[in-house]
Order: sequence, then structure tokens, then C-alpha cells
Amino acid sequence: MTDQEILLAFTRILRDLLADDSIVLTMDSTRADVPDWDSFKYVNFIVAVEMELGIRFGVADVESFKTVGDIVAETRSLLG
Amino acid sequence: MNWLPSPTDFRENLRSALAVADPQQRLDKLACLAQFRLNFLETIQLDGALAKTAAAVDSGFSRIRLAVLATATVDHLLPAIRVAGLRRRLLIEVYKGAFQQHRQELLNPTSPLRDFAPQIVLLSLTPREAIAGVPLDSTADEAERAISRAVAELRELWRSARESFTATVVQQSFLDFSQPLFGSYDRLVPGTPTRLIARLNDQVADAAAQDGVLLLDVARASARDGIDAWFDVARWLQGKIEIAPQSASRYGELVARLIAAQRGQSRKCLVFDLDNTLWGGVIGDDGMEGIVLGEGSAQGEAHSSLQRYAKQLKDRGVILAVCSKNDLATAEMVFRDHPEMVLRRTDIAAFVANWNDKPENLIAIAEQLNIGLDSLVFVDDNPAERARVRENLPMVAVPELPTDAAHFVRCIADAGYFEATSFTADDRQRAGQYAANVEREALRGASQSMDEFLRSLEMSVVFGPIVPVDLARVTQLVNKTNQFNTTTRRYSAAELSRLAAAPENVTLQFRLVDRFGDNGIVSVMILCPVRDEPSVLEIDSWVMSCRVFGRQLEVEAMNIAVEAAQSRSIRALHADYIPTKRNGVISELYESLGFARLHPPVGENGASRWILNVTEHVARPTHCVRRAQ
Repeated sequence: MTDQEILLAFTRILRDLLADDSIVLTMDSTRADVPDWDSFKYVNFIVAVEMELGIRFGVADVESFKTVGDIVAETRSLLG
Repeated sequence: MNWLPSPTDFRENLRSALAVADPQQRLDKLACLAQFRLNFLETIQLDGALAKTAAAVDSGFSRIRLAVLATATVDHLLPAIRVAGLRRRLLIEVYKGAFQQHRQELLNPTSPLRDFAPQIVLLSLTPREAIAGVPLDSTADEAERAISRAVAELRELWRSARESFTATVVQQSFLDFSQPLFGSYDRLVPGTPTRLIARLNDQVADAAAQDGVLLLDVARASARDGIDAWFDVARWLQGKIEIAPQSASRYGELVARLIAAQRGQSRKCLVFDLDNTLWGGVIGDDGMEGIVLGEGSAQGEAHSSLQRYAKQLKDRGVILAVCSKNDLATAEMVFRDHPEMVLRRTDIAAFVANWNDKPENLIAIAEQLNIGLDSLVFVDDNPAERARVRENLPMVAVPELPTDAAHFVRCIADAGYFEATSFTADDRQRAGQYAANVEREALRGASQSMDEFLRSLEMSVVFGPIVPVDLARVTQLVNKTNQFNTTTRRYSAAELSRLAAAPENVTLQFRLVDRFGDNGIVSVMILCPVRDEPSVLEIDSWVMSCRVFGRQLEVEAMNIAVEAAQSRSIRALHADYIPTKRNGVISELYESLGFARLHPPVGENGASRWILNVTEHVARPTHCVRRAQ
């Protein structure tokens, strides 16, 4: 998957999760940029991404993610 | 969740369901979507759609208030609980207790839980607290005492939940996600975590059985699926999540199953296709020697084990039926003459083999057994037949059977269609009672008249107030009966016990015995005084098992109720008939028993109100002889 494809997948997952089709994610997006994306829904997002793509993030990585771009980069490296 | 079929284009279906303007139709569509195997995200999406719809609807669905009190994070489980409820047309309103505040919630008289007034309280606790203080070098006695103390404290909480809310209490069993310290030797050391948790689960089960508390056995489910599926240490570290999100749908399903069972909404009858389901091959083509069944072949043994499982289910009260495209004589011959058959013809309560459409035949089976279509589970290896039944009879459960017969049993077992919250003498005898009903029908055919038939049955009625020893059966009857049920009010065991204990109420339970055997407790009547009119008793609930319809028991029961009223100087009986989709069979009941219709009729739910003047009532003769309890 290219970074752009991963970003698209993330956008779709977050739209489904928050029931909001107006969400547009960029590499620079943070949780604060998306209304209603609280810490509980952040865990749900991580869970949904892991299930959908068949990957597992390390707990340290999940704690260090600052932007959506960070998650995309780690996803790309896990997908190899 | 492998028994559920996979959804096709879930997102599009959800979108089109949400576009439906009428909330009732929208909710029906959402309930259809809940019948599919949904992933974590789809479950959250469906739950979101449900939240926008459920409030506006009140027909065809039951509402139930569930409080979840937990010592770990459970937020991610709530959508799955509500969706699994929706799968059963239950609208579960969930109250989530404050994190790790289950004691305060239950014991504090001003907790917000009071306002919620839960009907069910689920205690979901991690084992840490119970075993934390027990030293590894404890003796067996010390370890046992520590566990007993933890269980005693739990029982206090159960009691408080029961007394404060008249709620049914559900205790979750404890997940063992401990790591070995010694290895296999752990099990032999009283103070190891794994040993302590095992003892904790044993003691909780014993206490729950004594206290009438229901057990949500996640420990068993984790043994089935593997502890890694149920406990994910990363999630625990990230958010104190004990039940892994991966198992959220399974968890929700287990909870909803228990709630439905407690309300008498479990399935009652297992209907089997024959060819390639109960045996391998096609009897019409392959003949008795050609079909694959029993010893000598792995496939044959797989089909035998399905039959054995069915027989075990029958022994615990599940009715068995056959629905097959075959010649009747050919199909029955296998049951009579094939040496490897585990199931025999007498095990099958309704046997339909012909060339008609299966949905049509399933309707005939439900009618023959006098049960609802929503009590049926239809097991068929043929995907086309399954699709046809799902399409035409969405209320019939149709497991998505795997292609390999080796896994048929596990698929049916995993689906948990026959979840029960009690095992009564009546359950043990049910199969025999159905067989006896067949004999009674034969006698009816041979009798000259109805009167002669009833006399020849030599019936006697054993009756008395609801007593604790029969509470399980009475609860089952009150919650399971849909046809002869005047008001369809459902009560938990705790509520029934409270109703029976109130001296101003009259409660009656009736057992019917005849020459073919004891039918068990088959009818329950609850009478409560009308407010401001102490000389009037109202029949709050009256239920009767469909097995004894047309036996004059309703007439004798009313004679008995009237005498009980007379002995208390009651002037009149009031009774409501609240019509439902299922209780049309008793729409004329009160009129036939001599009640007069009260005017104006109560409009709500199309209910009608009836009155009987007790002082003038003359007992009507029946063929039921009374016997003391």
C-alpha cells in the first residue's frame, strides 16, 4: 500500500467510526483537528486499523504517534 | 460468530436503512442487519444507527434496562451488547457504572443507578482484587478462606442489587490471564494465581446457584476461543481493557443470550434436514447401504456425533423435528431400521418429509407442535435451502453450517440457541410429554365424543400458592408462555417471589396429572388487589402451557381462583386481556368463563377489561379432579 492508499483507508475507517462522512485526513492531521475524536475513540480507531490491515502496533509506538502521518509511516513499515 | 452469515455490502445496506423515514421500518431493517456476522467497526456503526432510531419505536421490540458495573474498561463492549440485543429484537438500554465504583453504585442510596432502576445488573470484575492479597505460600486452607471471603463480599453485593432494584443479577466468571510461575506444577500449589482463579470460579458458581444469580461464563468462552482472543495485554496497558475488542461481539452475544433466555426467548425446537445433514449421502439415491453413518468412517462418525448432540439436547428439553425433501416412508425407514442411527423415530416430535417448499413445511411443524416460528432452529447443509428459509421466514434461526460435517456440532453449539437459565423437572420430562401428547391425540381419535375423551384421561389438578421449590419452573412458564398469556407481563424469579410473599396477593400454580403421566406445572395465575378497591382482585397474569389446551383446565383453574377470592370476602374479579401477535387463541377466554366486558374498554394496546361477580359465581363442572399439593 502507498502512503496515499493508507491515508484513504484511515479516512474511511474514521468516517465509519465517527459516522461523519465530512472528515478529511491529511498527513498533518492530529486528533484535535477532528471533532469528537476523543481518547476512547482513538483506541477504537487503532483497534479497527489493526483488525482491518492485519497489523499490530507496539504500545510504545501508539503512545508516540503525534500526527496521522506518524501512524501512516508505522503502518507502511509494518506492512513491509 | 461463525453461525451468522457474512454481510454483503454492509455500508450500503446501512445507508439505505438509515434513509428509511418511518422509524419502525428503519428499526426492522437494522434488526435484519444485526443477523449478520459484523466486525468491530460495523458493530459500532450499527449501534450508532440504532441510537438514532430506537427511542421512537415501541412495537415488536422489548425494552430492557441493563446496568454494567465493572472494574475494567467496558465502553467498547456496549455497542456489541446492544447489537446482540437487536439481533433478538431486544432494545437494551445500558447504564455504565463509574469505573471501579461497583460497590458505591450498589450500596450508596443516592447513586445515579437508583434513578436508572436496572432490571438486570451485570457485575464484570477482574480477578485481581479477589486474589491480590493471597500470598503464594498460602496453605490450601488459607487460600480457600481468602477466596471464601471474596465470594462472601460478592454475595452481599448480589443481595443489595436484588433488594434495591428487584433486579436479576448476572455475575461474570473470572478470566484467568495469569502466567505460569512453576509450570504445570502451578495447579498443585494453592497460592498460585491460576489455582486461586479456578477456585474463585468454582465457589462463585456454587454461590450463584444457591442465590439464584446468573453466571456469564466468559472463562468457559475463553477456554473455547483461547485466552489470547479474550485478553489482549496491549489493550490492558493502553486502556485497562480486560475483554479484548476482538471478542467484543462474542461478549455482547453471550450477554444478550442470557437476557433473552431469562425472558423465555431462547429457541425451543431443533429442526433437521436429513440428507448430508443427519447422515452423509442421499437416502433416495444411495439407499440404506449407501448412506454414510456411524463407525468405520470419519464422515459417518461426524454425522453420528451430530445425532448424539441432538439427543443430549433433547434430554435437556429441546424438541427435535425433521424437515426433509424425501418420501416419508423412505425417510422414516432409516430411523427405524438403520443400525447406526442414534436418533430414533420416537425422538422426533414432528416429522415432515415430502417435496413441498421448506418454509411451508416449517410453518406446518410449528403449527403441529403449537409453538411459534421464532422458536425454531433450522439446520440444513444446503446453502440454497438456508437462503430460502432466511428470506421467507426471517424469524427462524438458520445457522450458517460449515461445509465439513466434522464441525456441524460446534457450529450449532457456538450459536447458543438454547441458552437456559434453569433446568427443571419439566425440562427433563418434556420429550416424554410430547410423546404422551401423541398418545392422547390417538385416544381422542378413538373416543366417541370430546366429553368421553376428557373423562377417559382421568385428569387431576394439583394446585396451591407459588412456593419457592417451584419458583424456577413458575418463572420459566411466566416468561416463556406466549399463547395462553392474558397480559404477557414478564417477571423475574425475584419479582415473582416478592409477588407470592405479599399477603394481599393470591398466587396459584396448577399441575395437571392424567393417565399418561404428570404434565408438570402447566399454569400460573397471579391476582393482586385493585388499588382503592380492596374487595376486588385483579388477574394480573394468567399463563397456561399450550400442551394442555382444550383440557378444561382453564375452567377448573377459574373455579379454584373464585373460591380463593370468596374465602377472602372478595366481591369481584377484574381481568385484562392485552392482545399480542401470539395470544389470539384466548381472545374469547374471559367471555367463555362468564366474565362481562367492562365499559368503556381500556384503549391502550387494544386491551379489553373484564369483570366477574364472585358472590354469584357457581362453579362449573369439569373432568378435572382436585388433589391437594
